[in-house]
Amino acid sequence: GIKVRKDKTHLTVSVKRFVKKLENISDDEAQEILEEKNYVAALGICAQDPVGNGSSVSGSEVYSFQTPKCSSKMAELASELAQTPGQSVAPDNSECPEKTTKTLQSSSGRSWCRSTLARECTFKKKEFVSTTPYRLRKRLAAPDPYLESESEYSASCSEEEDEEDQKEVGTVLSGRKTPAKTKAASTPLPRNILAKKIKEDKMSNLVEEYFEAHSSSKVLTSDRTLQKLRKKRLNQQTLHDLLKKAPLAYAAEIKELNQQHESLFSKWMLQLHLGFNIVLYGLGSKHDLLEKFRTSVLQDSVHLVVNGYFPSITVRSILNSITEEVLDHIGTFRSPLDQLEFIIKRFKEDSSLELYVLIHNLDSQMLRGERSQQILAQLSSLPRIYLIASIDHINAPLMWDQAKLSLYNWLWYETTTFNPYVEETSYENSLLVQQSGSLALSSLTHVLRSLTLNARGIFRLLAQYQLENKDNPSYPGLSFQDFYQQCREAFLVNSDLTLRAQLTEFRDHKLIRTKRGADGVEYLSIPVDDSTLTDFLEKEDEDV
Amino acid sequence: GCFVFKPSPKKRRVSQKTVNDFRERNNDSGDAELRFVTCQSLWNKIKSETEQIQEDLNKQLFDNLGSFLRQSHSEFQEKTTKWTCRMKSREIPTAALVLGVNVTDHDLTFRSLSEVLQNNITPYIALLEAKDCPGIKNLMQKLMGQLMNCYIDVESLEDEDYVQVSQNRIRCSMTSLINWYKSVTKKTDSETPSKKRTSSSRHLQSPPVVVIFKDMESFSTKVLQDFIVISSQHIRELPLVLIFGIATSPMIIHSLLPHSVSSLLCIELFQSLSSKEHLSTIIDKLLLTAQFPFKLGEKVLQVLINIFLYHDFSVQNFIKGFQLCIVEHFYSQPLSVLCCQLVDLKKRVNSLSHDQCENIRRLPSFRRYVESQVSEKQIALLTADSFLKETIQKLLEDLHVYHENYVPVLRCLHVFTSSLPKYPLGKQIRELHCACLENRVWETKEYESCLQLARMLNKSDLVTMLQQCVEIFVSSSGKEFDKTVEKLKEFLTQFQKLEEAFQERDVSVSSQKELQKKTDLYHLQKTLLELKESRRSKKLTKFEMLRFEVVDYIDSLVRNYLVPADHKTLHEIVYFNTASVLRGHLNAAPRTALHTALNNPYCYLKNQALKSDGGSISNKAPDICIAYKLHLECGRLINLVDWLEAFSTVVMAVEGPNADAVSSDQVDDIIHARFIRAVSELELLGFIKPSKQKTDHVARLTWGGC
Repeated sequence: GIKVRKDKTHLTVSVKRFVKKLENISDDEAQEILEEKNYVAALGICAQDPVGNGSSVSGSEVYSFQTPKCSSKMAELASELAQTPGQSVAPDNSECPEKTTKTLQSSSGRSWCRSTLARECTFKKKEFVSTTPYRLRKRLAAPDPYLESESEYSASCSEEEDEEDQKEVGTVLSGRKTPAKTKAASTPLPRNILAKKIKEDKMSNLVEEYFEAHSSSKVLTSDRTLQKLRKKRLNQQTLHDLLKKAPLAYAAEIKELNQQHESLFSKWMLQLHLGFNIVLYGLGSKHDLLEKFRTSVLQDSVHLVVNGYFPSITVRSILNSITEEVLDHIGTFRSPLDQLEFIIKRFKEDSSLELYVLIHNLDSQMLRGERSQQILAQLSSLPRIYLIASIDHINAPLMWDQAKLSLYNWLWYETTTFNPYVEETSYENSLLVQQSGSLALSSLTHVLRSLTLNARGIFRLLAQYQLENKDNPSYPGLSFQDFYQQCREAFLVNSDLTLRAQLTEFRDHKLIRTKRGADGVEYLSIPVDDSTLTDFLEKEDEDV
Repeated sequence: GCFVFKPSPKKRRVSQKTVNDFRERNNDSGDAELRFVTCQSLWNKIKSETEQIQEDLNKQLFDNLGSFLRQSHSEFQEKTTKWTCRMKSREIPTAALVLGVNVTDHDLTFRSLSEVLQNNITPYIALLEAKDCPGIKNLMQKLMGQLMNCYIDVESLEDEDYVQVSQNRIRCSMTSLINWYKSVTKKTDSETPSKKRTSSSRHLQSPPVVVIFKDMESFSTKVLQDFIVISSQHIRELPLVLIFGIATSPMIIHSLLPHSVSSLLCIELFQSLSSKEHLSTIIDKLLLTAQFPFKLGEKVLQVLINIFLYHDFSVQNFIKGFQLCIVEHFYSQPLSVLCCQLVDLKKRVNSLSHDQCENIRRLPSFRRYVESQVSEKQIALLTADSFLKETIQKLLEDLHVYHENYVPVLRCLHVFTSSLPKYPLGKQIRELHCACLENRVWETKEYESCLQLARMLNKSDLVTMLQQCVEIFVSSSGKEFDKTVEKLKEFLTQFQKLEEAFQERDVSVSSQKELQKKTDLYHLQKTLLELKESRRSKKLTKFEMLRFEVVDYIDSLVRNYLVPADHKTLHEIVYFNTASVLRGHLNAAPRTALHTALNNPYCYLKNQALKSDGGSISNKAPDICIAYKLHLECGRLINLVDWLEAFSTVVMAVEGPNADAVSSDQVDDIIHARFIRAVSELELLGFIKPSKQKTDHVARLTWGGC
């Protein structure tokens, strides 16, 4: 991989920085020469850069956390960063925010950047004029998006261009014309033009931008996947352990922040008793805060804690715990509405009943539905049910219409805690966390171990076939007939009835999935991701 | 996911706790209990007052509805003649009740409506809400449940079990409903029970069955149509009356129901009072009165009114905000113990502790007052508690007098300003009130133009206004207004005299007319010139002079009595002015808070390392902030690998020095883990979601920087 564009990227960033520094001295001429040198040098050296190093560097280039001096030594950059980062990085950190703001906000800085950019483009033209005229023309016509993507450090955008560049340079090297790939569609409108225009223009442009970005179904991001990465997916436990090792940043400040919130506890109690309900919002987990509230204030009263982030929570379970445990009622209800009515009736009859309800994440997936919110709102409107809840989602307030809001009778409290969402995210099925994978693997081995040898063979066949076809995106699964044929050939079954019996067993354990294709043929597949399947087969091989 | 915690029964808190909550924070300065009691009694008074207002406002509407209901079923009773001729028409009498968009308030209206109807017209009322009736079956179930329950209530609770069982057993159909109705009415007819006499005397012979659809717009059309068609079939056996609660406009009935169905209804329209008028009444009765010692500051009132006007038009929410103001004031201001009725004042002032006296000395308005005194008095005020208490009492009484005078003068000014073209000081009295609270109203431009316009009023308007003012002052409780009333009355008599004088002057005008007869050009020119001369030099007419006098007098009143409250000494005790708290609690912006925390963590974490100018973020920021900042630069989809890389570079740049201390591999893992946490936190916050469009990509859910 030749990472040419990355260095160009780097250069523009560094040039910007240079220019700003030397603004007063105004010896742009020298600067330009230096920059050209850099560019050429970088071009040459980076071509040999190993992928790993290059990629680890790219982010910092884009984010311009390096000192300007480093730009002359692009190739050494990676190793420098790894070996003596203190020298180059430490002084820069303090400057960096100011710098970026300057580039972003001061118009003079912008114009400087643009001029340098233009210069660079012309310079590039000089270099490449014979080979890639179209692209450069394109670039010259719209230099701003380019600048934008660099100065605002767009990670994947630059990556994407990077990929394209790799291709393009490849074509250049092979002596062909650059493909006339239109880039304009993907580049957003220049933002500094927006800044100059009046607000309405800004609005309309934003709108245009939006539709431009959403009009094409094509997505322009790099194709790199996590699997190619050296690092493996972490499972929940290791993730937890690792995070424990990492110290929490700004612990003192966070503690102070939390203490501020804790001083409000008695006020919350007062307001709860006066008929308001309290909702907490703001960045950071409010779990600990509410827990502290519970332990410090609610010890002597009946209270119900609802972990809304729990993936299998339902309104029904909340109502059940109220009726069964708080009201000591044995019996079932036909519908949640009946149950609610019962609760309302009981609370109206018995004036000594009091209940504090703490709901962590009222806006969680399971509780955010209209019906659940309605029921909870009605519950909270009871005079002796005191609700204190937390919300986190940015669109959480959209759950409530005026009617529900009036039932809830909220008092809003901003409690930004900056605490990590440990509990709340632990149930989340994150892309990065291999949660279901490990579970599936253990269950796979577990189930299969209880089956006959033949059955295991059958499953292996299917798994192998699926792995062979893993790069085929339109792979529908193995058709039953083919599967039967293969099984017969491997002496695993003697009739399709036996096979069907085996398959039923698999299906019962959710090991396979059948799907009828367009032609009416039954296709079989294993609903487990490929990496887990590979692991499984390896493990099986070890066992055998 | 649910856990119930029950304390051991003996440890349960007693009901004293609310007071304790009040005290807990303010344990330094006492009076918490007294303050709480004052607060509660004040709130209860205000609450009952608002309920009374609501009732009064709705009275007209309910009366109309009641007579409509009576009439609608009177036909049913006269089965013999009228009904037979209407055998074929199957129209259901329907009241369309237009209530306005303030859905929040409707609940209360319906509750009092059903109460009124229950007391006066019929025991059979069913309140239906759209959320309970997704299908016709549910609707019938709900309807019958409510009707039969209400029957139990009227009768007695003896045979509850029977009905409970039967309710489950009875098939929810119109026929069973009719059977029920027949049996019920027959029972009441045949029985002559003593226990039922009271109710049946109030109710009519065969009371109508009233079905109220609280939120007609949210019902599914199919359910409504089915119900109307079915019940119209049985209208002869069951005197059904429908009431539609409508939030938008009566046209909705016709757009919801096809003609064939809406023709089965005999609709009569009822309009409730608009919520804006309701609010005006509330403000009038609660704020513009000296009855309640507690007052709202200008900014607070503005916040409440803005929430009302721009968010919900809900009077309930306004009152809720008002309640919050009261609680907040009594909770946060230790001196609010003096915010009481004048009767209790003396006792409370005398029982002030030394700490409380110090609190008073710290009040900015009191400090200003002290500075304006002579030096001996200053010393006495600052050192002697007893003297201070005397002064406080005097000052608070002054404040009360100020309020007593303020209101009538304000109303009087409003009489003038509300009739001026373009309303420079606002149409509503609340706007005028805000303007007067904000600063000296007579220094504003708007007031200036008001006066100018007032100087151009015609006589009849002026006279009616003066009469109104006289009425206001006469009915006011202020004691200083005797003179004012006299003065105004004097103006009125002067106007009266003017009128007489004017008639006399007509004679002189007629002499002018004489001139016109002589049509000599030279003479005409001459006389005209003379006339012109005389008019220019002539002073203002008597009327104009009088008008000037009146306006000047009103102006003097305004300058005298409409001094802004925060110029008054000890205004902190009765005025609640922290609008920011109120806005934070009632009109919060959770999304802004999130964005601020993510974009500029320094706002919350006061660490110098996080300090940055402008919107940029330092690389030392918390992980989630960095991840957020990075994701802002992406389009619709974000490649996780790229994101991770960018993240790790940023983080590595910060932790550079430590990097070589630990083996790089492990650091990588930790950064990886931190990245995972940041990403899943962003997912929880709703900025991204997993996407299947491309492997290892997440989709952004926001656009641009917002």
